[in-house]
Amino acid sequence: MAMKLNDEESDILAGKAGPVPQQALRHQIKVGEFFGAADFVPVTQAHIMADTESLGEAGVQWLEGLAATTDGQRRVRIPTITDPRGTDFAKADWLGQTSVMLDLERRAIAAFEKLGVAMTNTCINYQTIQAPTRNEHAAFGDTGVVIYSNSVCGARSNFEGGPSALSAGLTGRTPRYGFHLPELRRGTVRIQVDHTPTMLNGWGALGGVIGRIAGNYWAVPVIEGIEGASKSDQLKHFGASMASFGSIALYHLVGLTPEAGRLSDVAAADLPVHSVTRADVEALQRSYHRDDQVDVVVFSAPQLSLYELGDLAKLCDGRRFSLPLLAVTSPQVKPDSDRMGYTARIEAAGGSVLSGMCFYQSYAREISEARGWKRLATNSAKLVNILGGYGYRPMLASMESCVDAAVSGKLMQT
Amino acid sequence: MSAKIYRARHAMGPVVRGPALVASDGFSARYDLDRIKGIFSRPSHKLAGQSYVGKILVLDTAKGGVATAWMLHEMKSRGIVPLAIVLNSVNPILAQGAALGDVAMLAGFDEDITAAIQSGAEVEVDPQQRLLKVL
Repeated sequence: MAMKLNDEESDILAGKAGPVPQQALRHQIKVGEFFGAADFVPVTQAHIMADTESLGEAGVQWLEGLAATTDGQRRVRIPTITDPRGTDFAKADWLGQTSVMLDLERRAIAAFEKLGVAMTNTCINYQTIQAPTRNEHAAFGDTGVVIYSNSVCGARSNFEGGPSALSAGLTGRTPRYGFHLPELRRGTVRIQVDHTPTMLNGWGALGGVIGRIAGNYWAVPVIEGIEGASKSDQLKHFGASMASFGSIALYHLVGLTPEAGRLSDVAAADLPVHSVTRADVEALQRSYHRDDQVDVVVFSAPQLSLYELGDLAKLCDGRRFSLPLLAVTSPQVKPDSDRMGYTARIEAAGGSVLSGMCFYQSYAREISEARGWKRLATNSAKLVNILGGYGYRPMLASMESCVDAAVSGKLMQT
Repeated sequence: MSAKIYRARHAMGPVVRGPALVASDGFSARYDLDRIKGIFSRPSHKLAGQSYVGKILVLDTAKGGVATAWMLHEMKSRGIVPLAIVLNSVNPILAQGAALGDVAMLAGFDEDITAAIQSGAEVEVDPQQRLLKVL
């Protein structure tokens, strides 16, 4: 069925605002009608995933075509920001990235700037730029951003891939389907957990187990049994991993997240129930531990908060690494990490603090080939889930065990 | 003999015909593919090592992150792209990627489409009529 358009949307579709918003709205209608959206909903902010490994030459040329348009409105209408880039220009040579990759990055950045996009280059904008509020409709890219915003903040967003998030920025709206609809935000499966993780890798592994059970985008896990008040970094890893393993965009923690004060607020009485035990979580983590030797240690996916960098700096004090150790953060956090002395303490041990990129979005396959990195230790469950396809042998462990591995070259059984 | 026909709830893109490549597994361009070689590269994927180029992929569900929204467009520009993607369950990213890349897509069937279609079968994807036909 055709989407219902208001007068402004009809004018955009007719080209009265110029070809750029017209093309954007056409794209949105195509997607909206695919999902049966009745109409559009205004959004307050957009967040674009657009690393150049994903864009390629074709995607950059597409952006440049939009940016070169001189007729009508070319710039975004609402605050529109970016996910990590495909490099940290200051560390690109060390990563083994080529001039072709960097030229593509520069062209993409130039095009985005002409379109009025703010190059924030972060996947933790809910910690660093502006967290959305309950019932705020947004168009966020990066699955970790969407699941955190929907679940922890109570905002309303679907996964908006780069072309769709940019379209939302250009039109100020998005098709009303999926998690913009209250009825689709109710739980579809109950998950009862028997322990509450303490380490970030444990939170990620728990998110991965739940993601695999829930299994698809339209599933909404309602989770019981988490004790105490969870921290932002814990839920960051929990949600990012759940989204990665299961394509999940929304979960509820009963008694903790804003829409789930009581179980009955979000779940019907007859939902299927699954139990998740500590053994399930440990089994997921162990399944990745197929080697004791490590080539590189990476903390990334999502970018590290200031608190995570502070924890890492403490673990680095008095150590000397035999392996490369990368800690990846946002351009907003990096200056604070520098000012607090965290960067210097990590680098004194032989580590590197990178900014504005994320490891898996930065030509991970080519980095592996250029640097000879295959066996990778990390505390990010999301990262281990992704990197297998890039030719790595990723292993999941605590931040402490990963730092130990950077010293000894070996990862202890976890 | 008449063609076996399956009706989808969601459809997009041009009519295409080609060989089906089928697995009861998920799909993400970033997580699962070596997009340079045109093969499934994730070791744990049921199609690991197999070429997806020119195939009509019949898989269970969309997985992973948002990159596929760009990647289908990029893969199509180099001709290293599936002919169509058919899923039991789709997510917005796959649909957004198909919209930008003009890749045919069907999703949402009354039965498990990965069990209904044989790998190697010649099939037609007809998004206008929301139909998958085994020829």
